Amino acid sequence: MAEFSLPANSKVVEGKTFPAPAGAARVKKFKVYRYDPDRNENPRMDTYEIDLDACGPMVLDALIKIKNEIDSTLTFRRSCREGVCGSCAMNVGGTNTLACINAIDDFRGDIAVYPLPHMMVVKDLVPDLTNAYAQYASIQPWLQADTPAAPGKERLQSPEEREELDGLWECVLCFSCSTGCPSYWWNSDRYLGPATLLQAYRWIADSRDEYTGERLDALEDPFRLYRCHTIMNCTNTCPKNLNPGKAIAKIKQKMVERR
Amino acid sequence: MSLQTDLARVRGLGSAKEGTGHWWAQRLTAVALVPLGIWFVFAAVSLAGADLGEFRAWLTVPYNLILMVLLVGVLFHHMQLGMQVVFEDYIHNERSKTVVLVLNKFIAVILGVSCIIALLRVAFGG
Repeated sequence: MAEFSLPANSKVVEGKTFPAPAGAARVKKFKVYRYDPDRNENPRMDTYEIDLDACGPMVLDALIKIKNEIDSTLTFRRSCREGVCGSCAMNVGGTNTLACINAIDDFRGDIAVYPLPHMMVVKDLVPDLTNAYAQYASIQPWLQADTPAAPGKERLQSPEEREELDGLWECVLCFSCSTGCPSYWWNSDRYLGPATLLQAYRWIADSRDEYTGERLDALEDPFRLYRCHTIMNCTNTCPKNLNPGKAIAKIKQKMVERR
Repeated sequence: MSLQTDLARVRGLGSAKEGTGHWWAQRLTAVALVPLGIWFVFAAVSLAGADLGEFRAWLTVPYNLILMVLLVGVLFHHMQLGMQVVFEDYIHNERSKTVVLVLNKFIAVILGVSCIIALLRVAFGG
């Protein structure tokens, strides 16, 4: 059966508190999930009190401030700090999102920061995305065509055909949607999840690709595709405001269309 | 422990090349249940307090019997499809999953056939 409670060694306990410096006027509390695989300890929630007058505006700025100035052991992924790399995907204030494009001021009260839900945790806010990446690789995310491109020319696409890719190409593969999907939580071993399915549709919808049928064949499966029960957490949580739920619906529509 | 590559594990046994039929049937039966369900509520309300004789008279009207049999057939088909998805979602032990899925099909057919036989017996006496 699916597990509805955490195993004993995964239960989260209260951690340390790092108080704000004396004289700080605007203080915000960040409660951050901490887990160190090298210590035989349960994960804990550490509390960091941040002086917002000495911190950048985004949640990622606060995490970087914590790592630089308060507690260098805090571990998280980040790179572009502007929502294009997808590295700093984590659960902030109860929602999967990118820490770099969420303003601290948009959150009322304390801000809880967890790693992406229901993934193995490597350390602190770093989840193990091995399975998700392998699933992405399994849909063969590249253009496949038997017709060779004209020598020295691009493969042409009409403006209308190009428009079909809008809302799909913008995905940064942060996996906020997949890790927000209950169906993916219970069956990520076989269900591909919204991120990978949106990417699969990105190639199905590409007018230059000649392997649409094979792509649909590979997805036509009670688990790979049809574990999607239109819960729509994916669309609600997408930090890039994309609609993976709609992309999955379009795949299902194509499945019926070709019957 | 397994030394399989991640891609081999994810590809697994490959695609089952099915699932669309199940998904489409679930939608079709859901759509059919909307008018059938509304009709059934009105019928049940109009039959409130009726005795067996009055109910039998009502059921022998051909379209009432046809709609009742359709309702029962579609309902139990829809129930079987829906419960199958729930069991597949939550039962991860392959052996118990197979047993439960087989029972689910058997129970749906037994219940559906029993209801239809009951309707026919009431309608045509016996």
